[in-house]
Amino acid sequence: MANIDQSHIRNFCIIAHIDHGKSTLADRILEKTGLLTSREMQDQVLDNMDLERERGITIKSQAVRTIYRAQDGEEYIFNLIDTPGHVDFNYEVSRSLAACDGAILVVDAAQGIEAQTLANVYLALDHDLEVFPVINKIDLPSARPEQVIEEIEEVIGLEAQDAPLISAKNGIHIEDVLEQIVHKIPAPGGSPQNPLKALIFDSVYDPYKGVIVFFRVMEGRVKKKTRLRMMATGAVFETVEVGYFGAGQFLPCEELSAGMVGYLTASIKNVKDTRVGDTITDADRPCDKPLPGYKKVNPMVYCGMYPADGAKYPDLRDALEKLQLNDAALFYEPETSVALGFGFRCGFLGLLHLEIIQERLEREYNLDLVTTAPGVVYRVHQTDGEVIELTNPSNLPDPSGIDYMEEPIVSAQIMVSTDYIGPIMELCQERRGRYLGMEYMEATRALLRYELPLNEIIYDFFDALKSRSRGYASFDYEMKGYERSELVKLDILVNREEVDALSFIVYQGSAYERGRKMCEKLKEEIPRHLFEIPIQAAVGGKIIARETVKAMRKDVLAKCYGGDITRKKKLLEKQKEGKKRMRQIGSVEIPQKAFMSVLKLDDKK
Amino acid sequence: MTEPFSFPAAEPLRPLGLYLHIPFCKRKCLYCDFLSAPADQETIDRYVDAVCAQLSREAANYRTYQVETVFFGGGTPSLLLAGQLDRIMERIRSDYALSKQAEISLESNPGTLTADRLSGYRKAGINRLSIGLQSASDAELRELGRIHDYSAFLENYRQARRAGFDNINVDLMSALPGQTAKGWLDTLKRTADLEPEHISAYSLMIEEGTPFGERYGKRPDPAGFLPLPDEEEERLMYEQTECLLQEYGYRRYEISNYARPGFLCRHNVGYWTRRPYLGIGLGSASFVDNVRWKMTEDLTVYLDHYAPRAAVKGTPSSFDERLLYQEIQVLDKTEQMEEFLILGLRLRDGISLGEFRRQFQVGLREVYGPVLDRLLRQGLLLFYEDGKKMRLTKKGTDLSNYVLAQF
Repeated sequence: MANIDQSHIRNFCIIAHIDHGKSTLADRILEKTGLLTSREMQDQVLDNMDLERERGITIKSQAVRTIYRAQDGEEYIFNLIDTPGHVDFNYEVSRSLAACDGAILVVDAAQGIEAQTLANVYLALDHDLEVFPVINKIDLPSARPEQVIEEIEEVIGLEAQDAPLISAKNGIHIEDVLEQIVHKIPAPGGSPQNPLKALIFDSVYDPYKGVIVFFRVMEGRVKKKTRLRMMATGAVFETVEVGYFGAGQFLPCEELSAGMVGYLTASIKNVKDTRVGDTITDADRPCDKPLPGYKKVNPMVYCGMYPADGAKYPDLRDALEKLQLNDAALFYEPETSVALGFGFRCGFLGLLHLEIIQERLEREYNLDLVTTAPGVVYRVHQTDGEVIELTNPSNLPDPSGIDYMEEPIVSAQIMVSTDYIGPIMELCQERRGRYLGMEYMEATRALLRYELPLNEIIYDFFDALKSRSRGYASFDYEMKGYERSELVKLDILVNREEVDALSFIVYQGSAYERGRKMCEKLKEEIPRHLFEIPIQAAVGGKIIARETVKAMRKDVLAKCYGGDITRKKKLLEKQKEGKKRMRQIGSVEIPQKAFMSVLKLDDKK
Repeated sequence: MTEPFSFPAAEPLRPLGLYLHIPFCKRKCLYCDFLSAPADQETIDRYVDAVCAQLSREAANYRTYQVETVFFGGGTPSLLLAGQLDRIMERIRSDYALSKQAEISLESNPGTLTADRLSGYRKAGINRLSIGLQSASDAELRELGRIHDYSAFLENYRQARRAGFDNINVDLMSALPGQTAKGWLDTLKRTADLEPEHISAYSLMIEEGTPFGERYGKRPDPAGFLPLPDEEEERLMYEQTECLLQEYGYRRYEISNYARPGFLCRHNVGYWTRRPYLGIGLGSASFVDNVRWKMTEDLTVYLDHYAPRAAVKGTPSSFDERLLYQEIQVLDKTEQMEEFLILGLRLRDGISLGEFRRQFQVGLREVYGPVLDRLLRQGLLLFYEDGKKMRLTKKGTDLSNYVLAQF
């Protein structure tokens, strides 16, 4: 691989709405280009986290290099950079896009364009990528490729008449895709002779090699034993190893030059020195100015995470630190709660991101967590003129000190079959949506545009959307900004004691309803005690809802039969186990999952 | 090559309970999740052979024990013909040291008993009869899927007395579908009026894997069926039980057991006080030397091992004993102490602190101090006899599950 003709490199990614077959197509491309024999194939090579395979989604960007012998007889190097499909991970998507020259747009032949199809295409076009469409799943009985082609041309404005009609699952017409990669995606620009300019698009930590930096060379070249400078952080390192991505492995090589994608190691111990989006240059022959990089993303959703066992606090801290290494969007800082003890306030891109991190902490780090209800970042304008970014409801200043508050608003696009426009508009209305407009995609599908408060969509909006449209709706959003809103803090009192971890900020108009449902939910979750437990919701010290957990007055074991003590012991063990998953608040034991109950308040299923 | 014969050491014999499981029924009741099933007479006969064989094989391990109690449980042990029962009793007498004062109980169900069979049992040595009445209301009995009605029970009860049974228990069940507190009191009164020596009164449990579990597992008031009594009604039944039976001269000596003075069920008390017992028969549980185990629940495995058919006789010499014994549990000291409490506290008189120290060489307070303090403060436990003994209070008895789960 010593002399690589730059004109024979193709850097591209695949973009699609979730479940349209992005990862399957990636696998097929790798298989057909011979990087993997089908025997070596494990489904979805690029999704290498257990969680990704299980959920069928891509969370982290991944890159792989393969070689394709095209019909013109030439060999081409393909660098395929896989991207996440979910709206929460747009940040990751844009990182990956910046390393590509083109994108394959996969559209499901049965479902057509969905909300995330649009969002991802716009993102790719923003990055000046060449985009060509591929119609997938043509072997489905419900496939309607002609209509989907028309949709793509009309809605997105992409030429789609010659779009390959494929089935990634069954390997139909994959060759057409490979040829179009060669012909439609431009070769990378830049010159190997220029001073080095490379974009960091990801990094991982390896205990032996230190930080492994993933990058795309825009100009110049990188070799071993070169002194490099990270332009934003100013850190200087000497490269130890450069190489490119094989299937699931790192393959060292001599050098990487303009247009190429690969990795380097340089005994970098601190991940903060190699910020994703930063530009790498040659310390001795620097380029004049850095690449634009990416917009830094701010977490949109915050929640408290506490170890179920207080002694595991240091373990949780270590785990969060490690996860943050290759998840720049994850934020955390220590906090304490009267109810839950020591823990962390964590920030996420969205609810899915939160769930993923929570699951990874529980699975990969074997931690048992108590998570408080997620909330968004509110802006509190105080009477003294100071503005606070509020991530934890407990920190809300006294109402007398508040001038007004603002909450984050998103612009949302909802693609829906015309049969369900009514219920979906109703849903948006309930969630305080502001209707902006509607466009018909074709006779049976419409695109609704709304502005919605973020805190109305982070909990269960997806679920509600799905159930009210019988699955015929898709959804995407982007941050629009902050707007003034009438917000109050809803406190929950259990046995007349305020439980800080259960407080949340809510729109004033919904406070009563939410408070009532919260009390009902907690009544179900909190087991009976020896005494009666009032559960109250309060706003500003005024009780707005109340439920009561009745006292336990009878709890007797049935007859032990024929000396079979084991059976009864197991029952008692179960009861003991349940006790362990409780949090003691005053004299009341609250099950851990109750702290998440605010999430499950939508009852119109 | 044989070792010289020696007399067993002249130690006093240790007490042993024998539990014999008879896993057969005429018909399975709708709520029952015990190990039992209908069977033909040939199978039952073969089972009796197997039980006798098991008794003989186990006997060698129990030379230093004296059998103080025998309990035939089921299923429906009264499906056994008097002759079958006699064979088992004979085997016990020949292979074990059976105390002259032994309590020998048999569970029975109305509808399987006759005057002849009862006097046969009596002759075979049964001296305590337990009758599963469950309810004095025919409607409730039908709802449970029982095979008998109240008059059949009454008939059997009188026959039993005539056959000479002077220690009779009646099993009752509250919280039945459609039952009211008034209906339950009626059952209790009609039973107590007959003056049995012992009454077991427990609440219906809805168990998974039974027709009732299917019916009531999700909700207590499924469409098309009688609802289970609501919580208040159930508590009313529960509270009135002790009151009423006390008026009739019964003492509540265990959470769900009531007896006239001197008629506690010694076999069951053995369970609560952790005296050793040996289980014989399918699915039976044993507890000896701080080891608990259970016999297989697979009838074929059990029968083929202890009563092989002629064709296979002699072949299964390399039989895997692991198939036969299940859930073998060697209790460590912590578990032993836990059991001491969770079993002992079921008894009205509770536990003796001196006995705890004797068994575990440590004081109860040293092990469970904080838990005890909390339970005392909550009014669930109390000490009596100058702090030498400890038992549940009335409230603690009502909440025994909660209390016992604290240890």
